[in-house]
Amino acid sequence: MEPEISHDELKRLYKLMMLVRNLDTRSLQLQRQGRIGFYIGCLGQEAAQIGSAYALKPEDWIFPAYREVGAMLQRGIPLEDLMNQYFANAEDVQKGRQLMNLYGSKSVNYVTGSAPIATQLPHAVGAAFAAKLRGDKIVTLVYFGEGATSANDFHAGMNFAGVYKTPTIFFCQNNHYAISLPVERQTATQTIAVKAKAYGFEGQRVDGNDILAVYRTTKEAVDRARSNGGPTLIEAVTYRMGPHSSSDDPKRYRSNQELDEWQMRDPLVRFRKYLERKHIWSSTDEEKAQEDTNRQIDAAIAHAEKIPRPSIETLFTDVYAELPWHLQEEFQELKDEEVGR
Amino acid sequence: MRRNDNIIVLGEDVGVDGGVFRATEGLVQEFGPNRVVDTPLAESGIIGISIGMALYGLRPVPEIQFMDFIYPAFDQIQSELAKFRYRSGGQFVCPLVIRTPYGGGIRGSHYHSQSTEAFFVHTPGLKVVIPSTPYDAKGLLTSALRDLDPVLFLEPKKIYRTVRGEVPDEEYTVPIGKAKVVREGNDVVVFAYGAMLHVATEAAELAASAGISVEVVDLRTLLPFDIETIMASVQKTGRVIILHEACKTCGFGAEIAAQIAERSILRLKAPIIRVAGYDTPFPLVLEDKYMPNAKRVLRAIEKVYNF
Repeated sequence: MEPEISHDELKRLYKLMMLVRNLDTRSLQLQRQGRIGFYIGCLGQEAAQIGSAYALKPEDWIFPAYREVGAMLQRGIPLEDLMNQYFANAEDVQKGRQLMNLYGSKSVNYVTGSAPIATQLPHAVGAAFAAKLRGDKIVTLVYFGEGATSANDFHAGMNFAGVYKTPTIFFCQNNHYAISLPVERQTATQTIAVKAKAYGFEGQRVDGNDILAVYRTTKEAVDRARSNGGPTLIEAVTYRMGPHSSSDDPKRYRSNQELDEWQMRDPLVRFRKYLERKHIWSSTDEEKAQEDTNRQIDAAIAHAEKIPRPSIETLFTDVYAELPWHLQEEFQELKDEEVGR
Repeated sequence: MRRNDNIIVLGEDVGVDGGVFRATEGLVQEFGPNRVVDTPLAESGIIGISIGMALYGLRPVPEIQFMDFIYPAFDQIQSELAKFRYRSGGQFVCPLVIRTPYGGGIRGSHYHSQSTEAFFVHTPGLKVVIPSTPYDAKGLLTSALRDLDPVLFLEPKKIYRTVRGEVPDEEYTVPIGKAKVVREGNDVVVFAYGAMLHVATEAAELAASAGISVEVVDLRTLLPFDIETIMASVQKTGRVIILHEACKTCGFGAEIAAQIAERSILRLKAPIIRVAGYDTPFPLVLEDKYMPNAKRVLRAIEKVYNF
């Protein structure tokens, strides 16, 4: 039943979950302190993200939504790069253009996401389709929430994947809330997984707060896709323990009691107990890991906060491959304005 | 497609059927169903998977069967296609060419006749290209297929069959971003594009019989448009007509009129006049009253000439 993962790897995964958890807490604080503008986190969804991303090979592509901090760090995006993005400084590879956690890195095949819901699903299918045409043995994995299953592009993406049998893993984190709308009012079906049937392929439901179960389920789907078995829909049942974003107050629409119940299923606590039962994790390890992760986060913040904003030129570059005449003119107007200041 | 095997054509009915306007006729027979793909019926899916294919390194050429059906894909075009390079800091790019028949003149009524290029010119990150002749269609399409940015390639459906011209067999390009002076004149300039370009030249000929010398400019690219050629013709004539079949309010003509007014108000000898479609849904039986014709353009020419 247990997947074959070395003890060192198991501990690394746990520490990573802890890093994500602590990053979440710190980043929300930074926003409340006015030091970063906005934050959208994955509190409670660490196992679902890290377990699934862990099942992929480096050459596989990930298409995120906007909450996948766990997937980003598991993928190998450096914490320092993320922090630069949170502070929207001149070292941010995306030049301070996008909201926090709408991030991507070409070098690890993690595609920059956007805010509109479900638009990334057809992208993941298209990339998988292209890979299949080229004979490349890669898969694409696309993240989205249960809210996205109501949106138009869920239907378009799932349908195309079924028709073309693309090597695409549709990974739905059912975290029970789309901002304030609970899943029971998002869809009339009993599960999200059942929706795959309408598109001609399999849907599987997994305990999204059990990192090893998530890993195993994802790995099976990935292996199937890679050997031309086509797409799979995975529904990882989890819970958004935090707010939708730093602009949201969940007390307005859900009870503390519900939160308490889900806190009993906290993915970090469950995995820690598992490691302790295997005698590979002690309270000393726990203390040290807390210190290490927090120190790492502090160092990233200290560095990122010192870097200034990107230059005004970055307002105009990358709209096109080359700066067209009308953007050159507009850039000059802004430059003149700055000089006159 | 022979030269670049990354080019993949996809869309509804483009393969076996050869496209409802036969624009892709013969392609699937030559290149096979892996390069000419008949897709399910979902415009947002067609454009969405094309974005994914382009991100992976292919050069997809999705067709939207009629511009009137492009709107389900508008989110993909505006939110994703046009923004990928910018939002990713240049890491992710998705160059592709969306081809779609647009415009009226075939008795197609509301949903087979629209010209909504203005929505797309208002979308930074896209290029918008409209040929008016067979020669330019091949040359501009070739350029679009090599462009590093996403291109919306609008095909004026009225002139698929009604305008003929020599098209060289060999490879050539027509540059994107460059207008063309198709007829020189001194008194008035008419800026036009697409099927209306031929209405403009017809009007210019009528004007010549009345002793008015009319310059006609085919804009060819709406985004980024060719301000230099436009300004040269304004400088030369001082009297401007802008012609498009798209409805008047906030049509592309409004942009050109504003640019001209901003840059050369003192050179103008008359107000800038737009000859455009009425601000109504595109009609059926009264189509011939809706679409600008040479006589209507001539009246506008005479108006600015006699101002």
